[in-house]
Amino acid sequence: MVLDSKIPHGEMDKKWSDYKGHVQLVNPANKRKLEVIVVGTGLAGASAAASLGELGYKVKAFCFQDSPRRAHSIAAQGGINAAKNYQNDGDSVFRLFYDTVKGGDYRAREANVHRLAEVSTSIIDQCVAQGVPFAREYGGLLSNRSFGGTQVQRTFYAAGQTGQQLLLGAYSALERQVALGNVKMYSRHEMLDVVKIDGKARGIIARNLIDGTTERHFGHAVLLCTGGYGNVFYLSTNAMGSNVTAAWKAHKQGAFFGNPCFTQIHPTCIPVSGDHQSKLTLMSESLRNDGRIWVPKQKGDNRKPQDIPEEERDYYLERRYPAFGNLVPRDVASRAAKERCDEGYGVGTTKMAVYLDYKDAIVRYGKIEAGKTGLENADHAAIVALGKAVVQEKYGNLFEMYEKITGENPYETPMRIYPAVHYTMGGLWVDYELQTTVKGLYALGEANFSDHGANRLGASALMQGLADGYFVIPYTLGNYLAEEIRTASISTDHEAFVLAEKAVNDRLSTLKNINGKQTVESFHKRLGKIMWDKCGMARNEAGLKTAIAEIQALKKEFWSDVKIPGEVNEFNTELDKAGRVADFIELGELMCFDALNRNESCGGHFREESQTEDGEAKRDDQNYAYVAAWENKGDNGWELHKESLNFEIVKPTQRSYK
Amino acid sequence: MEHYHMNLTLKVWRQKNNKSKGKLETYQVSNISSEMSFLEMIDVLNEQLITEDKDPIAFDHDCREGICGMCSMYINGQAHGPWQQNTTCQLHMRAFKDGDTIVVEPWRSTAFPVVKDLVVDRSSFDRIIQAGGFISVNTGNAVDANALPIDKKDADDAFMAAACIGCGACVATCKNGSAMLFVGAKVSQLALLPQGEPERESRVLNMVAQMDKEGFGNCTNTYACEAECPKGISVANIARLNSEFLKAGLSTED
Repeated sequence: MVLDSKIPHGEMDKKWSDYKGHVQLVNPANKRKLEVIVVGTGLAGASAAASLGELGYKVKAFCFQDSPRRAHSIAAQGGINAAKNYQNDGDSVFRLFYDTVKGGDYRAREANVHRLAEVSTSIIDQCVAQGVPFAREYGGLLSNRSFGGTQVQRTFYAAGQTGQQLLLGAYSALERQVALGNVKMYSRHEMLDVVKIDGKARGIIARNLIDGTTERHFGHAVLLCTGGYGNVFYLSTNAMGSNVTAAWKAHKQGAFFGNPCFTQIHPTCIPVSGDHQSKLTLMSESLRNDGRIWVPKQKGDNRKPQDIPEEERDYYLERRYPAFGNLVPRDVASRAAKERCDEGYGVGTTKMAVYLDYKDAIVRYGKIEAGKTGLENADHAAIVALGKAVVQEKYGNLFEMYEKITGENPYETPMRIYPAVHYTMGGLWVDYELQTTVKGLYALGEANFSDHGANRLGASALMQGLADGYFVIPYTLGNYLAEEIRTASISTDHEAFVLAEKAVNDRLSTLKNINGKQTVESFHKRLGKIMWDKCGMARNEAGLKTAIAEIQALKKEFWSDVKIPGEVNEFNTELDKAGRVADFIELGELMCFDALNRNESCGGHFREESQTEDGEAKRDDQNYAYVAAWENKGDNGWELHKESLNFEIVKPTQRSYK
Repeated sequence: MEHYHMNLTLKVWRQKNNKSKGKLETYQVSNISSEMSFLEMIDVLNEQLITEDKDPIAFDHDCREGICGMCSMYINGQAHGPWQQNTTCQLHMRAFKDGDTIVVEPWRSTAFPVVKDLVVDRSSFDRIIQAGGFISVNTGNAVDANALPIDKKDADDAFMAAACIGCGACVATCKNGSAMLFVGAKVSQLALLPQGEPERESRVLNMVAQMDKEGFGNCTNTYACEAECPKGISVANIARLNSEFLKAGLSTED
C-alpha cells in the first residue's frame, strides 16, 4: 500500500482555499440521509459533532464520561494560539506556520500546518461568538500573552482555565444540536471496535458502561476524536480514563499509526510523592518566566533549600543555555532536569525533583514596587512583602494548587518540580483530509499525528483540536460523503456487525474468565515503568530491545494472570480498565519499535546514540525526514511505511538555545 | 511539611444499582500516607477489596486535578469533604489524622439518581443546558472577535460564573436539592455578554422550566451551595437568575 497524503497542488498559501473551492459538496436533502459517528467529545469531537449537526448530517456522538463536558481538553491551562496580530507585533499566518513547523523539529507536514495557521483566526471569532469569556483589556478588547518562548503575543487565554472555557463553548454548541435533534448523544459509552464493510468504516460496536451491554451503531463515516495515549506511561498529566482503545481498534482494522514514539514530556509538573501516585499534575510553564531552576552543586545534599548558600547552587539551565536560560523549550528543559537527577543531584525525599525558586523574583518585584511608591530605604522584609503580593497576583492560583497537593508554601520554600508525560504528538496517520488509511474512518485532534511533528508548542493543542472539528472536517468529510449519497443506511443486522459484536463480547468474557491473581492496576504500573525507563525522555538501542522483550512477557502474563472482579454485564470499572490496559500493552510495544527504528534525536525524542559532543540532541534529516506509519500485521508484528517530508518553505536547521 | 501515616475506618455507601437498596459498609485501611489524595486512598482500598475477592467501590473521577467536575463524594457530611473551594480529587489525606472514621456517601438528590455505590446520574444538568445554555451561532457565522468590545468587568464576571465545573455539589449540599447556583451561573455568564442578548429571555425561561421538570427544588437562600462550591461560584448569580427570570416573565406575557 502506497501512502497518499493527498496534499493539494499549488502554492502553500493557496492550497486550502483551492481545496475548498473545488471540493465536492453534498446537497441539504442528501445530508439528512447521511449518518456520521463521532467518538470522543473533547475539543475536536464536540466541535466536529456540533458543526456537522448544524450542516444537517445525522450525527451520533459517544463519550465514556458521564457528560460530554468532562473530556480532558477541559484541563488545558495556558491558552490557544491564533495569528490575529491584534498586538501589532508582527504576527501573521506565515509566522505561526513557520514557528509550528520549526517547533515540531521539522517532522510535521507543512501543508497541514499552514492550514492550521490559516484557520486559527476563525477559531477565536467562533469562540467569542459562543460566549467564551477570554481575558480582556480595560478597553474591552481581547488580551494576549506570549507563551512557550515565542516572540509574539498570539496566545488567547481565560485565566488558567482556557481549555475549560473552550470546551464548554463547544459543549454548548453540541448540546444545542442535541436539543434540535441533529445529534444523538451517548454518554458512558465506550467504542470497542470499528465495523468495516467492503473495506469502508461503516459503524462501531460500543459498550454501555452502565449495564455492560454492547450495541451496534451504523454510520456512513466514523470520526475518532479520542485524544492521546500518554497513559501508556501509567503516570501522566492525562485524565484517569484517557486511553488509546478506540485508536488501537482502528489500528487493528487497518489504520496506520504515525510516529507512535513521539511523546511530549512537560518540564514543570509536581513530582511523584510515592507508590500510591495515580496521576501527575502540571503547573503552567508560565512559571518559568519568573522562577529560577536549580539543584545543589553537591551530590546528595540533604540540607533544606533555604540553608544552601547561593554559591553552592547550580542554576544548570542558565549555565548550559545562557541565551535562553530558564525559558528553553519543553524538551530541552525536561532532559536537563532528568540529567541532573540521574547524576545524583536531585532533591526532595525521592531525589527525583529539581527546585523552581521564586526567591529572586519576589525580591526583584519587591524592589520595583518599593521604587514605584518611593520607599527609598525599605528593609528586606518590606521588599519581600511587596514582592510576594506581585507574585501572588501573577501566579496565585498555581501557587495555591501546589500547596494543596504538597502541603508546602512556595512563597517560603522553593517548589519541587519534575518532568511528566503530557501529550502525544504521534497518533493515527491521516492524509490532508484527516482520513486514515481506512476509507471513511477519520481521526481528529490529538488522536491524529499530523500537525505537531516531534514536539508540540505551548497553546497549539487547543488550536488544532478546534481547527480540525470546526473548520477542516466539515469540508473534507463532505468530499467523501458526496460519493456515499447512494449508499442507503446499512442494517446493523448485517453480518459484519454481528461478527464484530461477537468478537467484542468474546474478548470481554475471555478477560473476565482469566481469574488470575494480579490486579489490572498492577499491570498498568509495571507497563508504565518499562515505558518511562526505556522509552521516555531518553532512549537507546539496548534499552528499547530490553523493553520490547519485557513488554511481550508482560502481555503473556496479563492474559494469563489478570484478576477482574464483578460481571461483564454490569457497571464494572475494573473490566473497562482491563480492556484499556490490554491495548496499552500492545501500543507500548509498537512505541518501542518506532523509537528503535528512529536512530536520531528530534523534538521530544532523544536518542542517546545521536547527540552532539556537548550532549545536545542531533537530528538526522538525511535518514529520518519521514513520518513512520506502522501497519498492523497481527501476530507478525508491524510493517513500516514511510511518508517522506518535503520542506518547500521552511528549511530545516539545527535548533540551538546556547 | 512533616509526612505521617494513619489507620482509618471508612464507612462507605454501597448500592449495587439504581433498583437495589443501599447501605453503609465499614472498611479498615492502614498505613495511609498523608501525601496521598483522597481518591488515591480509595484506590488503595479498592486494590485491597479486589485481592479479597470483593467488589471494589464504584466512584466517578477522571482528571484528578479539580477541573472536569466528575468526582462527587459526600465526605463526613460535606460535599467534596472538609477543605474549602476544593474538589474531592484535590482533597489530600493530611486533612485527616490517625484513627479517624470517615463516612463517604454519594450526592443525594431526586434529580441525581444513584447508578452504583458513589456514582450518580447527573444527565439532568446536560438537559438543562440543552434547554438554553448556549448562544445560537453556527460554525462560520461569527464576526471578528474584536468587533464588539466588552467591558472588562462584565467579561471578568462572566468568566467567574463560567468557571462552574458542573459537579453538582451545590445540589447535593442544598436541603432543597436546588440547582439554582448551577443554572444561575450559566444564565449570568451569557446575560453579561452582548453575544447572549438576542436569546436572553427565552434562555432563562427555558432553563428554569427544564430545571423544574427535572425535579430540582427551590432556593431558600441558605447559601450552602456557595459555601460548598469547589469553584467559589457566588450566590450573586442566583440573584441575577431571579432578576432575569422576572424581567423575562414580565416582557414575554402576551
